[in-house]
Amino acid sequence: MREITYAQALAEALDEEMARNPTVFVLGEDVGPYGGVYKATAGLYKKYGDLRVLDTPISESAIVGTALGAAIAGMRPIPEIMFSDLLALAMDQIANQVAKARYMSGGNVKVPLVIRTNIGARGSMAAQHSQSVHAWFLNVPGIKIVLPSSPYEAKGLLKTCIRDDDPVLFLEHKLLYPQSGPVPEHEYTIPLGQARIVREGADVTLIAFSLMVQKAEAAARRLAEDGIEAEVIDPRSLTPLDFETIARSVSKTGRAVVVDEGCLTGGITAEIAARISSECFNWLDAPVARVGALDAPVPFSPPLEKAMIPDEYRIVAATKSVL
Amino acid sequence: MDQSITLDPELLLRLYRNMRRIRAFEETAWQMYAQQLMPGLAHLYIGEEAVAAGVCETLRPDDYLTSTHRGHGHVIAKGCPMRPMMAELLGRATGCCRGKGGSMHIASIEHGVIGANGIVGGGIPTAVGAALASKLQNSGRVTVCFFGDGASNNGTFHESLNMAALWKCPVVFVCENNLYGISVSQARHQAIRDIADRAAGYGMPGKVVDGNDAIAVYDAARKAVERARCKQGPTLLEMKTYRWGGHSVADPEHVYRDRDEVRDWKKRCPIVRLENHLRTHGILNDAKIAAIEEDVKKEIADAVQFAKASPFPDTSEAREDVFRMPPSEDRP
Repeated sequence: MREITYAQALAEALDEEMARNPTVFVLGEDVGPYGGVYKATAGLYKKYGDLRVLDTPISESAIVGTALGAAIAGMRPIPEIMFSDLLALAMDQIANQVAKARYMSGGNVKVPLVIRTNIGARGSMAAQHSQSVHAWFLNVPGIKIVLPSSPYEAKGLLKTCIRDDDPVLFLEHKLLYPQSGPVPEHEYTIPLGQARIVREGADVTLIAFSLMVQKAEAAARRLAEDGIEAEVIDPRSLTPLDFETIARSVSKTGRAVVVDEGCLTGGITAEIAARISSECFNWLDAPVARVGALDAPVPFSPPLEKAMIPDEYRIVAATKSVL
Repeated sequence: MDQSITLDPELLLRLYRNMRRIRAFEETAWQMYAQQLMPGLAHLYIGEEAVAAGVCETLRPDDYLTSTHRGHGHVIAKGCPMRPMMAELLGRATGCCRGKGGSMHIASIEHGVIGANGIVGGGIPTAVGAALASKLQNSGRVTVCFFGDGASNNGTFHESLNMAALWKCPVVFVCENNLYGISVSQARHQAIRDIADRAAGYGMPGKVVDGNDAIAVYDAARKAVERARCKQGPTLLEMKTYRWGGHSVADPEHVYRDRDEVRDWKKRCPIVRLENHLRTHGILNDAKIAAIEEDVKKEIADAVQFAKASPFPDTSEAREDVFRMPPSEDRP
């Protein structure tokens, strides 16, 4: 199968959906001729023009808010927010407007929009350009949260999200954009709410999202050298969360480690660990372990940045602590 | 002003009737609240009726509007019937939002009402987005964006006006300057006197309008809506008006504004003003006014009866409508 990068896979998904449905359009900062800072909208401006690929002022609140109005009025907008840190500037629009519009209207409006942005620490961009903020939105009912972990996942999930009638927060990863992987040339989509079993194993379940799926796989390979077979699960989306697949795995392994790049305290690992503890209690042979970023802003200096973010060694250590 | 407006009896009677309908609806909402039939908060529109009636008279049924926490008047003027509105205020299953929005989030998309908003300034970008959609769809629809003087200090106001002017979106920004953001007077929350001046900063026309003069409101809105519909871009209209009551019915208003000021503004009642104009020109007389009052009374009584007789939503409804396409896995 041909290999393309994660960024190319995203651009292909956008291109195919724009060609398929004239109501789909993208808007955001530098998404036009520049092609987006991570090149996920490369080529679209030339092909679709400035009415469907809108460069916006630096106005995050209005980028998300106009997307909401356009969605209610029958379009399928795809606003891009350059870094997930900047979602804070649009927080009211996301949490109070986008996520609640359908509910507050008693189901009379639909809000088909996909907010694309990226998480992750990369290249010493430090505290305001490196955060993994998905946990902020886990406590906001009404918005789906999707975290693609590879080029194949990125393309298939983005196409599904664009066709979905609900708002989606689509969180890409900075370190994944340049990575290549197999992506079929034929049309495909990946349903939301179905976890992917990345690697099968009988001894322990590792649950990870986005870039952390690779780290969990690397940890699983190291554990295998010691005769420990880890099952790695990529739930793909936090909302909806395919807890059934997680529970089925834990019922088999009796042990679970939840990994995420966001800060540990109040993060998504806490939510998933709590559910495993309460809903899978009878199967557990050990407490659920969690691996997350340190509870600090992401620092600038390279060794400090590296120390912040979970890696395969921390995942191996956490896994061994529950074996 | 053009006599085709000032002496068009049908138009003027529609304006008058709608203002009376809004006033009566709000007085009834007040009663419902006092009788504890209406939960939550009630931000009443009494005193500002000329703005909603005048602006919405210029709109097509398929045009959009976004509203504020003080939104009942806009929704009535845009054509939403009173039955589902009153039921919504009372939290009933037959409400236009099935009891999930209430007074502050009332919406009726089938009438082009995208929604009231509990967040000051929160709906301004939404209006620009709806207008952007109309532009992309070439539908000829116009969006009216209502907000208050308080919202003109929020970031969304500035971001949205800039974007709308830049992209020539078919939107009309209608600032209802009722002189107070809750308790803080305009003189204490911004250094300018005319919010319409801010339009110049975004490259769009701005106009100050006497918001208690329904004919002036209609005339200004008609020109701005026409301009938007002809793809000439947005306009900022500042309607100088006044709310007779407190910010909400629970507001101790006399802490921050004196009774003389309120009394002076009540003398400038927009309904009485139009009524006098209509009497002077022989369009209205006592008998006609009594007939309109009777109609309005019946309409309100019917809406109240409908709302009171309607059931509350089943508690299972609390988790409905979070998503249109529900997650495959559903937690209890």
